[in-house]
Amino acid sequence: MQIPDNLRYTASHEWVSEPVDGVVTIGITDYAQDQLGDVVYVELPEVGATLASGDAVAVVESVKTASDIYAPVSGSVEAVNEALHDTPETINDSPYQGGWLFKLRLADASERTALLDAGGYQQAVEKEG
Amino acid sequence: MPVHYPTGIHQEHIAVRSDVGLFDVSHMGELRVVGDDATAFLQYATLNDPARLKLGRGQYTMLPNDRGGLIDDLYLYREKEQEYLVVANAANVEADLAQLREVARDYDCHVVDESATWALLALQGPGSALLLGHVVDADLTELRKNATLLTSISGCPVRLSRTGYTGEDGFELFCHPTDAPIVWDVLAEAGATPCGLGARGTLRLEAGFPLYGHEFDATTNPLCSGFSWVVKDKPFFGREAMWDRSCPRRLVGLRLLDRGIPRQGYRVLRGAQAIGTVTSGTLSPLTRESIAFAWVDAGASREGTECGVEIRGQTVPAAVVKPPFFGQ
Repeated sequence: MQIPDNLRYTASHEWVSEPVDGVVTIGITDYAQDQLGDVVYVELPEVGATLASGDAVAVVESVKTASDIYAPVSGSVEAVNEALHDTPETINDSPYQGGWLFKLRLADASERTALLDAGGYQQAVEKEG
Repeated sequence: MPVHYPTGIHQEHIAVRSDVGLFDVSHMGELRVVGDDATAFLQYATLNDPARLKLGRGQYTMLPNDRGGLIDDLYLYREKEQEYLVVANAANVEADLAQLREVARDYDCHVVDESATWALLALQGPGSALLLGHVVDADLTELRKNATLLTSISGCPVRLSRTGYTGEDGFELFCHPTDAPIVWDVLAEAGATPCGLGARGTLRLEAGFPLYGHEFDATTNPLCSGFSWVVKDKPFFGREAMWDRSCPRRLVGLRLLDRGIPRQGYRVLRGAQAIGTVTSGTLSPLTRESIAFAWVDAGASREGTECGVEIRGQTVPAAVVKPPFFGQ
């Protein structure tokens, strides 16, 4: 299971990239995609929408189940990964690269640094497993 | 049986459609019906007609309740003139036993629960006869659909039937639980892809097969479904409540015309009006279309009827289609 060092994480298995010009990329972790199994459908937020951290903002569905995705931080949606509509399985194949879900312009940069680091997320996953 | 092996549901599904998959379905229940009246008893207790079965053949059948619904759906094998092996859904074994034993009180026969003494593997896919032919000491070309054969694999006695739940050619292998790992390994090493519960679900749905607890339950009349052929015109338990009744709802197939995954319990709409409920749904791994079974108002059950499935507050357009959901 991959947990890249340069990302931040939530206990609900989202990852948040380092900000580039105040914009972060968000997706679900390798552990999350593995737990879900083959992803068959995604529902993404609308570009321009304002999200508060903790809001249910997207849905990732596998054959087994539909899973809500929560905004790990507050901000406005800059872009969504439209390619996932046609190839949702990219989330399984490449959860940290091609399988990203959406990009947020951070409302408050400190919200990101308050999230789990790779070591903290590793511990959270071990507790769950 | 796990939901899936490391391969993943999608690859397992495709393996069964294009090659060979292997399932461990030992959770299924097995009941034996023996006695001088076994055939007459099963003619009355179940909806299909076991008297039509030649020795060694199997048939799909159903166990009715007295309210026009079903206690379970079953597979019935005629092993001898008056001896049958019944394959039942794991969750229903207790209810099946209770019902069968109650009805059997008027007949000279008895029902034995053999669930603990049988393991059941399913080898499914267009390549399954070729693969199995290499590991059994028997000629499979003569084994017709629904027929059975006693043989052995690596010295383990195996009862083969040419049956399955995937819509493909295939076999189900009954053997002793202690032999099952040996038989499994032989088949897996011969090239069969291990498949889990997830692929079993997507395959049976794509093939248009019902699953008790989804398409059928204690309230559903099979005569209002595409499986009315199972119900033969003869005396049977609960007939008054099932036969010649009107069908306010019918079981149909749905194909979604836009993206979304229909799931059990989702509402089927026509305009703003709820006209039915989804019983099973998935994205077909083969066609990549979203498909479902649903019970809908009889007036909306004709093939081609346009409707919608409500998914998280949004209505996704759909059309009534005739299963199976993949080209045959």
